[in-house]
Amino acid sequence: MSHMPFILAAYSIGTVVLLWCAVAPLIRKKSITRDIRRLIQIEERSSDTNS
Amino acid sequence: MTSKTDTKTKPRKNALVMFIHKLGSPPWFYDFTGKLIPWFWALFIALTAWGLYLGLVKGPADYLQGESVRIIYLHVPAAWMSMLIYISMAVMGFIALVWRIRIVEILAMVSAPIGAAFTIVTLTAGSLWGRPTWGTYWVWDARLTSELVLLFLFLGVIGLYNSIDEPRKAARAACLLAIVGAVNLPIIHYSVKWWNTLHQGSSISLMGGSSIDSSILWPLLIMAFAAKFFYAANLLTRARVKLLEQDVRKAWVREVLREKK
Repeated sequence: MSHMPFILAAYSIGTVVLLWCAVAPLIRKKSITRDIRRLIQIEERSSDTNS
Repeated sequence: MTSKTDTKTKPRKNALVMFIHKLGSPPWFYDFTGKLIPWFWALFIALTAWGLYLGLVKGPADYLQGESVRIIYLHVPAAWMSMLIYISMAVMGFIALVWRIRIVEILAMVSAPIGAAFTIVTLTAGSLWGRPTWGTYWVWDARLTSELVLLFLFLGVIGLYNSIDEPRKAARAACLLAIVGAVNLPIIHYSVKWWNTLHQGSSISLMGGSSIDSSILWPLLIMAFAAKFFYAANLLTRARVKLLEQDVRKAWVREVLREKK
């Protein structure tokens, strides 16, 4: 019985799971900073029109 | 006005206490950890490359397990990390419940998905090692079952935290669950001693030395250190994102984003 497919499968699954674990917060950060920047722009525009 | 005697009687805060106090401030925490994270990632990548080279390229196959022994360089560090992360989550949960420190609450909560990831890696890699070695992917053995319970505990903490709208109330409930779930940790550790299990006993002990060859031990220990840097980098990244998320309307967040424009 060749052990190679088991080794490859274990390391492939491990890489995918840990890579997702590392990348997920970065994707979230990107979306949050985009939302906050948009919020700041809206607030700045509304304060300009009020003044 | 303070007299000489006043300054003498005032307790002087030492550097460590001051540092811990500073860490409690979100802007300071965000800034400080932002500098640490790249170093942790660099150490993780360097140690992983070194450990994998020693384990997968240079290291020999085991006389009994054959080539499948190479899976342990992933399985064992992941299993150690799953338990270590749970311990740290429960300890931080206790600190958060007693002293109500928001950053510790956040650190405890963001530990759960990382712990769940390591537990999934432990279970899948273990299962893939078990097939060629034991002849089966899974048995309802005490060690395997208690590790599966650990995964459910991590998922329970994540689920409970996300099910309550108010973040601080959610964190308190989830911290309580994390503390209660810590009872599973001695069960995982001693399961191979308390019950007759298919899973072998510990080959490495902090006190009693190791029964495995150094050609296998060293890559294993290097990979275990690498996993700790992965946890540190990922934990701090997630905590920073959570802080931004919770403090959207606070001035420091806007200042940070303006600086990065």
